[in-house]
Amino acid sequence: MTRMTTTLQLTATLATALAMAASAAQAQEEAEMEKCFGVSLAGENDCAAGPGTTCAGTSVVDYQGNAWTLVPAGTCATIELPAQADGTARMGSLEALDRDLPSA
Amino acid sequence: MPSHPDLVAAFRSGVWTGALPPGVTARDPAEAARRFAVHRNNVAHGLSEALATRFPVVRRLVGERFFSAMARAFAQAHPPESPVLLAWGGAFPQFLEAFPPATALPYLPDVARLETALGLAYHAGDAEPLSPADLVRLAQEPDTARLGLHPSVQVVASCYAIVSIWRANRPGAPARPVAAVNPETALVLRDRRLDVIAQAISPGDAAFLSQLRDGDTLLAFAAAASVEPGHDPAPLLARLVSAGVLVAPALPPMKDHP
Amino acid sequence: MPLPDAPGLGFKAEHFADIVSSRPALGFWEVHAENYMGEGGRPHAQLAALRDDCAMSIHGVGLSIGGPGRLDAAHLARLRRLCDRYEPDSFSEHLAWSSHEGTFLNDLLPLPYTEETLGIVCDHVDEVQAALGRRMLLENPSTYVLFAQSTIPETEFLAEVARRTSCGLLLDVNNVFVSATNHRTDPHAYLDAFPLHAVGEIHLGGFFEEALPSGPLLIDAHGTPVADPVWDLFAFILERTGPRPTLIEWDNDVPSFATLLREAERARAALDRARGGLLAFAS
Repeated sequence: MTRMTTTLQLTATLATALAMAASAAQAQEEAEMEKCFGVSLAGENDCAAGPGTTCAGTSVVDYQGNAWTLVPAGTCATIELPAQADGTARMGSLEALDRDLPSA
Repeated sequence: MPSHPDLVAAFRSGVWTGALPPGVTARDPAEAARRFAVHRNNVAHGLSEALATRFPVVRRLVGERFFSAMARAFAQAHPPESPVLLAWGGAFPQFLEAFPPATALPYLPDVARLETALGLAYHAGDAEPLSPADLVRLAQEPDTARLGLHPSVQVVASCYAIVSIWRANRPGAPARPVAAVNPETALVLRDRRLDVIAQAISPGDAAFLSQLRDGDTLLAFAAAASVEPGHDPAPLLARLVSAGVLVAPALPPMKDHP
Repeated sequence: MPLPDAPGLGFKAEHFADIVSSRPALGFWEVHAENYMGEGGRPHAQLAALRDDCAMSIHGVGLSIGGPGRLDAAHLARLRRLCDRYEPDSFSEHLAWSSHEGTFLNDLLPLPYTEETLGIVCDHVDEVQAALGRRMLLENPSTYVLFAQSTIPETEFLAEVARRTSCGLLLDVNNVFVSATNHRTDPHAYLDAFPLHAVGEIHLGGFFEEALPSGPLLIDAHGTPVADPVWDLFAFILERTGPRPTLIEWDNDVPSFATLLREAERARAALDRARGGLLAFAS
C-alpha cells in the first residue's frame, strides 16, 4: 500500500468520523447510553468525624500475614475463574484462602 | 511533659498501635483510652471511606468488611503524602498484587487500575476539543497535522475482563456472572458533558490510540496504522470526536525547532 | 467582601441539579478546599457556576495549623491557587493538626494549649495570611480528650491567636456543645469567655452520641440535623453578636437538598430574630 493511498484513506476516515459526530442526535444518544457507566465522585476530603463508634477503629483486624482471617465476601462470588491445576474450583472466594498463601 | 513535636509523633503512632500519647487524659482518666479511640476510628474509617470513593467496584467485589480491613493495611503501608485525598491511592493496584488475602481474585489489581484511571479522568485538566472546522483542516494537511488527546484519555489493558467485571459491579448495578479470563482493554475518557466513561476497545483501537498519543503527524500515523491490516479506525475516531477528546497537541515535537 | 450575615450551606455535588433548577436564595456556599485541588472536570465546572451566583467560603481541612514544623509549602501553594481562581469571600481552617512528617492522617487532631503551641499556631496563621494575602478565620475544635500539659483555656488561646495575628474566628457552635458535653463543662461559660467580637462565621451541625461510664460522649459526625441545644446556644450567641454568616454542615449520610434548605431556613429565622432584636435595642 502506498503512502498516498494510506493518507487518502486516513483523510477519508477523518471525514467519516466528522460526518458521524455532526449527527448531533446520534452523538447525544451515545452519550446517554454511556452516562450510566460513569463515576460521580473520585476521592473526597471531609471535616467531620467518622459516624462510627469509638470501637470501630480498634475492632478491625490488623494485617499480620497468615493471621489474617477475613475473606473477600462481596460480588466476587459472581466472577467466574477457571479451575486451578488441581481441579479446585476458584469461582468466588467464600472458601478459605490458605491454598494461595505461602505455608507458614 | 513532651515537646509538641514529640507529642505529635507519639499521637500519630498511637493512632495505629493504641498506645496512649503522653499527657492524653480525660475528666475521668480511666476513660482516656476510649476517648482516644475516637481519633483511632476517625483515621482508619476516614481513610477507608476516602479509598472507597476511588475504588467503589473493588469494595463491592470484596465486600465492605474485607475492604475496610484491607484499606487499613493499605493506609499503614502507603499513607497519603498530601492532604489532597482525591490524589491518594495510586499505589493501591500494586498493593493488591502483593496482598495474599486477595490473591484468589487475580483480576482485582487490574480492576483497581481501571478505577485509578477513572479517578484520574474525573479530575484531569480541561482541554478545548478541536472544532469540526479544525478537524476538516487537519485532515487536509496530513503531512504536518498532529492531533492531541484530552488529558483524561487513558488505555488500560488486562488479560482479564476488566470492563465487564467493572460494569457488572458498579454500585447499584445488578451483579451478574462474568467470565474473568477474557482479555479486555478499556478506553477511559471524560466526555463533553464531563461524564467519565469506560468502554472496551479492540487491540487495533488501542494501538491506534497509542500512536495518537505519540503526537505523530497524521501521515506517519496513517503509515503505521497500515501495519495492522483490516483495522478500521473510523468508529473509534467518531467516538473520540463525539466525546470531544481530540484536542490540539500539547507541544510540538522538538524536532520542529531547528 | 465579607460573607453576608445570612445562612449558607456546604455544597454537595449530588445537589447540583437541584441547585441549578431551584436557585435557592442562600447567603453563601462553603466547600472544602481539598476537594477542588484536582486539575479540572466537573468539580471546577460546578464550583465556577456556583461562584457566579453567590458568595463563597473556602474551608480548608488539611493545612495542619496546629502541627509542629513548617506548614506544607506545596499545600499552601495549592490553596493560594484556589483562592486566586475563585476569590472566595472567606477562607477558614481549623485549630487542629492532621499531618505529621509528610503523612496526612485525615482527622482534625487535638493539641495541648501551651505557650509553645500558641507560638506555633500564631506563626502558622501569620504564614497562611501572608501566603494568601488575606485574613483567615480559625475554627474552634470538637475535642474528646484533654491534655495534662495544657496551661491555657481554649477560649483564651483563640483570643490570643486572634489578637496576635489579627485573624478572625469561626465559631462552630456544635463543636462548643460537643466539647462542653464531653468534658462536663458549661457551654454558656465557654461562650461568655469566647472573643465573640472576632467571629466572622458560625457553623452549625449535628453530632453522634455514645455512652461512656461517666456520661455521654458526643462525636462531631455532621450526619444528622442540628440538635435543639445547639440551636439554643446559637440564639444565645446571636443575642450578643447580632446576625453572622451561618453555615449548616452536613457531610455524612447527606440528605435531600430540601432537608438542607429546611435547616438553612431555621437558621435564617434565628438570624432575622437577632436582627429584629438589635433594631429594637437601637430604637
